[in-house]
Amino acid sequence: MAKDADRSFRLVTGFVALCVVALVAGIGVELYRESTLSVQKFGFRFWMTDIWDPVSGEFGARPFIWGTLYSSVLALVLATPVALGIAIFLSELCPASLRTPLTFLTELLAAIPSIVYGLWGIFVLVPFVRQLQVHTPDFMRALPFFSGPPLGVGMMSAAMILAVMVIPFTSSVAREVLKAVPATQREAAYALGATRWEAIQTALFYARTGIIGAIMLGFGRALGETMAVTMVIGNTPRIALSLFAPQYTMAAVIANEFTEATDDLYVHALVEIGMVLFIITLFVNVLSRALIWQMNRQPKPRAKAATAVPAAAGGAA
Amino acid sequence: VSWTQWRKLKSNILVVLCGGAVVLALIPLAFVLFFVVGQGISSLNWNFFTHMPAPVGEAGGGMANAIVGSLMVTGLGALFAIPIGVTAGMYAAEYAGSRLASTVRFAADTLNGVPSIVIGVFVYGLVVLPFKQFSALAGGVALGVMMIPIIARTTEELVKLVPTALREGALALGASRARAVWTVVLPAALPGIITGIVLALARIAGETAPLLFTSFNNRFFTTSLTQPISTLTVQVFTYAISPYEDWHRQAWAGALVLVTIVLLCSIIARFATRRLERMH
Repeated sequence: MAKDADRSFRLVTGFVALCVVALVAGIGVELYRESTLSVQKFGFRFWMTDIWDPVSGEFGARPFIWGTLYSSVLALVLATPVALGIAIFLSELCPASLRTPLTFLTELLAAIPSIVYGLWGIFVLVPFVRQLQVHTPDFMRALPFFSGPPLGVGMMSAAMILAVMVIPFTSSVAREVLKAVPATQREAAYALGATRWEAIQTALFYARTGIIGAIMLGFGRALGETMAVTMVIGNTPRIALSLFAPQYTMAAVIANEFTEATDDLYVHALVEIGMVLFIITLFVNVLSRALIWQMNRQPKPRAKAATAVPAAAGGAA
Repeated sequence: VSWTQWRKLKSNILVVLCGGAVVLALIPLAFVLFFVVGQGISSLNWNFFTHMPAPVGEAGGGMANAIVGSLMVTGLGALFAIPIGVTAGMYAAEYAGSRLASTVRFAADTLNGVPSIVIGVFVYGLVVLPFKQFSALAGGVALGVMMIPIIARTTEELVKLVPTALREGALALGASRARAVWTVVLPAALPGIITGIVLALARIAGETAPLLFTSFNNRFFTTSLTQPISTLTVQVFTYAISPYEDWHRQAWAGALVLVTIVLLCSIIARFATRRLERMH
């Protein structure tokens, strides 16, 4: 019977689809299971102390949280204006013949592997940043943001490389969101005598929820980025405000120390960092998807519905 | 300056700034490609593909083992991810209105946002710990987990593009849903699905973080699934952070190979998608 066949088809494919859901849950469970030792031993103190000494079994993860948040926020500050500029240019201003090649080129930024950015970072960006730091005028060096010796490796290099890596994600989602803004919004603005920029402002205002979502999606990317950051941030677990200071991130400490971790407590401490990184990125991503989704759900009389955030933002989907 | 003139001026300045943002973003792209090609090409020769890594202090050598390793681990990942990803994506498209479909969509998007290093830790606990062994298999699982959401979402998007009339035609002829999907919808969507897979491969072939403690690294040539295996990305990482000039050169050569593979896949996928979108 076709009906039975239909039902079993739905059951089988549904089961496989459920596996994808189970996978996400499985990650959470597995990370929790592998971090119990450290969670039980240190509790909340794990996130409040700064001493990271595997030899004596002292684990405090605050410098990693700091490094992750600080580098991601800095990257966001650098990337957001550029990414929004790209999105506005490509969706509102660009001549049609340039749109496809420029979109493709900006999305290529997302295609370059993290390890290649890291390699480039070590041998090109870091020496450049070192020169920049050497030539920083003294009155600026007196500020806490620019104190310390000019090492090249450190927060500044990490933030710059992160910014480059985040730009394509934010701009591609922001572009989709802007595309979903009804043309009537802009036409109405022009009809009232708005300049080009004022019309864009109207569109931006209409799309604000989605644009915040796009920025947060970039933030989520920056939080979890591993290789490139590991290679340029200097890997020093110390909380510092200075952009010159070598620091450390959650992802980087896992990448560097996981295979060296000999005793169980050490491994569990690293997995706990992974678990919290998982929870933070989950939260940021869910929030950003919700914002973008809400934006796309608004009634739009004339515009074609934007596709859901492409799973491969920055890709061709 | 009058108010109107000021508004026009401001508009023009900001419009130019937006164009400037595009240029600004393309500068690092050009720089990265310039250095990867420039540094890589001088160290890239036939030996790179056929020879084993040379010991420290010895010039030359290659990454034959790492290239084979990368192919194996990525292939394994695809082997895991394609059936699950395509089926899940098909479900999400076929039963688009159902609650499970939106849950799957949400889960795939969430999984897509999980940092790759966390996937590495997850697979370490799932595959490496129980067998007490780093292995090519574990690396494959890690990459597979990362490919699943990409394949699922592209499959869904592309199956949705198949005209409803095709599907309805099959159903009207008395075909069951399974048969309609299998014989009509899937073949129609196949070029798109393959494109999605190529795209996923492009995204995953350059991954390093999830391999660091799953497939680990290996100085020797191996094709064993249960042994640690060397991969291009991990090898580039090892060489990049080493203090040796020769190894740095090898790292650049490895980066060039990686970038070439990834860009080729991206470009193929992009053009294929363009053509598909125009077809439907």
